Amino acid sequence: MAESIRDKVAVVGVGACQFGENWDQSREDMIVDAAYEAYADAGIDDPQRRIEAVFAGAVYPREGTAEIAEALKLFGKPISVVSDYCQTGTDAFRFGAFAVAAGVYDTVLVVGFDKPKDRGVSGPSVSFDRVRGLPATPAGWFSLCAARYFETFGAGREDLAKIAVKNHHNGTLAPKSMLKREITVKDVLEARIISWPFGLYDCAAQSDGAAACVLTRADLAKSFRDDPVYVKAVSIAVAEHPQRDPNFDFLGWKPTVYAAKDAYAQAGISEPFRELDVVQLHDCFTLTELLTYEDLGLCKKGEAKEHVASGTFQLGGELPVNTDGGLKTFGHPTGATGVRMIYENTLQLQGRAGPRQVPGASLALSHNIGGPPTTCGIAILGR
Amino acid sequence: MTGIAAHGAYVPITRLPLSLAAGRAAVEGGPERAVGDYDEDAVTMAVTAAIDCLTGIARESVDAVYFASTTYPLREKQGAALIAKALDLRRDVLTQDHAGSLRAGTAALESALHAVAAGALRAVLVVASDCRLGAPRGALEAKLGDGAVALLVTANPVARFEGSCSRADELQDVWRIEGERFTHTWEDRFAIQEGYTPNMIAALRGLLEKSGRCAEDFAKVALYAPDERSAGAILKKLGFKDQQVQDPLFGRLGNTGTPFALMLLAHALETAGPGDRLITAAYGDGAHALAFEVVRPAPPRRGMAWHLARRRAVASYDTYLRARGLDAVEWQSGADLGLSATIRFRERDADIAFLAARCTSCGQVHFPKPRVCAKCFAKDRWEPHRLSDRRGRLLAYTFDYFFPAAEPPTIMVMTEVDGCRVHVQMTNVRSVDVALDQPVEYVFRKIHDAGGKPNYFWKASPLAEATHG
Repeated sequence: MAESIRDKVAVVGVGACQFGENWDQSREDMIVDAAYEAYADAGIDDPQRRIEAVFAGAVYPREGTAEIAEALKLFGKPISVVSDYCQTGTDAFRFGAFAVAAGVYDTVLVVGFDKPKDRGVSGPSVSFDRVRGLPATPAGWFSLCAARYFETFGAGREDLAKIAVKNHHNGTLAPKSMLKREITVKDVLEARIISWPFGLYDCAAQSDGAAACVLTRADLAKSFRDDPVYVKAVSIAVAEHPQRDPNFDFLGWKPTVYAAKDAYAQAGISEPFRELDVVQLHDCFTLTELLTYEDLGLCKKGEAKEHVASGTFQLGGELPVNTDGGLKTFGHPTGATGVRMIYENTLQLQGRAGPRQVPGASLALSHNIGGPPTTCGIAILGR
Repeated sequence: MTGIAAHGAYVPITRLPLSLAAGRAAVEGGPERAVGDYDEDAVTMAVTAAIDCLTGIARESVDAVYFASTTYPLREKQGAALIAKALDLRRDVLTQDHAGSLRAGTAALESALHAVAAGALRAVLVVASDCRLGAPRGALEAKLGDGAVALLVTANPVARFEGSCSRADELQDVWRIEGERFTHTWEDRFAIQEGYTPNMIAALRGLLEKSGRCAEDFAKVALYAPDERSAGAILKKLGFKDQQVQDPLFGRLGNTGTPFALMLLAHALETAGPGDRLITAAYGDGAHALAFEVVRPAPPRRGMAWHLARRRAVASYDTYLRARGLDAVEWQSGADLGLSATIRFRERDADIAFLAARCTSCGQVHFPKPRVCAKCFAKDRWEPHRLSDRRGRLLAYTFDYFFPAAEPPTIMVMTEVDGCRVHVQMTNVRSVDVALDQPVEYVFRKIHDAGGKPNYFWKASPLAEATHG
């Protein structure tokens, strides 16, 4: 096997704009807020000289690379935009990390952004581009696993509700999160149904937002700051389409299983539950978080609901998950989400996460899953 | 010998209690009419009736499709060709639309009989379907009904064609101008006295005279009837007894227009025995009567009896209005969104004919057809595998309230059929009746209006257990 990416690249600066329904902010505003915070975090005051390339991620890009170059006034430099459903942010990070590891650039900027709230609709668009590609709502895609999983393992909407309650609580502790409101299990169960079994509170908050990070060569990292965070693994995997795969069992999603196997191998992790200190995972829906505990190997298949009940994944639990509120309450600007997770995990690893700090965190995983779902991105950072 | 070799019929599962249309509470067991759901139109009903008719009959044997309707949604573009594609018929099938009059159904049938008798065609599928609209709360709304019928005409019939009599007339009693949604009628008494009664009597009398028969020679008369009294008066005048009248299904089906008389004929065929003579007669800008003699029992089909027994009242009058697009709604129908005709063309085998592909190397079935087999990775080794007449099993479901629809939730299901996964909407079912592992069949339905045109695809429907009564 080729060499692992482990410890070749460092994150030396992170930033994020305020996530939310940013009616009075343009994409330029958000990109600049996130990138300049990351510059400052890395001690960079001359980005036009120091940033050699930009790897961006956006699902609803309008002007390709031009709007990034124009926003940041980075001209004459290579800029790329990737787009791969909800996995976009992690993939942009992967391109940046690999480019640095390849020795092509010393220092690059990764920025993820999206501004879905300019479209005048609540939630994702429903596409009508072909006859049978319908109905195409992410809630409709992800909820297809619910009935079979519930029946097989005896889980139900109450188990999902507890995940929403946890993430709402965590979101109140993150200054840049969109929603800062505690909710109860009763609130979740009584909310209007979006796509059964998902009620309103089972669904992530779609928001505007941008997040950024500065990556550099590991051997240069300490010239930026004395507590850099190192890339231990970054992996993506594309799996069989769950709506066509004749072997799909509706009990878990293969993209995560594939990507996790590769990421753990890169990072040298054999017991993820014991070795990881903090996890940001893709809670686009509460069920996604429930199944992902298992798909990431944090517990056995079918046992996730017991860990939900016992508080394993709460702040203060054995392995806190979605410490900043996750997609659920921090907000889900699609292309930004993976980079926002890098932002949160970096803060956690540097002891800068305030009231949501996981004490002594030294190894952190972030996870995106996207499409029907078919694609997964995982990044593991460590001190 | 030429005649009808097989029949099929379709009546939508939903019924509008006439009390609801009259602004009163629904009365269980009271008079009602059949009404298509939001995803049904003349085309979808025609396809379903045709599939019923073609049960057990090789699709390749059909030489022609004659489609009769006054409510086919497109003014320019053929319905018969679409129906032929949905039925996965041969590419060299002759297709014709018959329209403009409620007599179009019997006219199409007579054309088919002549073509087969002449030896020009061996098997002609005649499909009549209508989904007519009366203005909301108007008198016509309560009288109309939605439905379809399909008759296969061959030289090896179960009901031999004996003869016909047609009569044309010009009067403005029932009409719809281009661009209008609602059918209009002149004063009822005028329409009955000067239009329906004299034309129908003339056609029936002419049929008896031409065929040298008298009224008592016939087992049943399947007569287009605008109301119970007018039809009864005509038959009595011509010497038919009450028991010879095929039940016009008032208060159950409603006047289905173009297919009406032929649906009653299909209903009569379901119980007729050898030697029984049947008449069917339609009205519209004149009248048209045809006589048949049953030579052997018709092959069993769901037909009329099964569809009439399968029913469910609409939840409310508003539900009916939304289903027929008569209510102002804010949901995004997609009508203003473009849809690529090129993509539709490229995907017509999957979308319209519902063809999956079977890998000739490993046997795995995939939908839609890929280039490379996901099981054995063989490339381009496929044979078509039609799913429209296959039965499946429901593996997963969700009720999507977010998806824009006339009547949320949209029931989304994952089904498995012949080892292949098919992700489709489900229809003909209420959310509470959806269950894992339940058997399903597939029905042709309107899926959305993207591009301002009806777009069709297949949906899952609970597999009805009772078949052929």
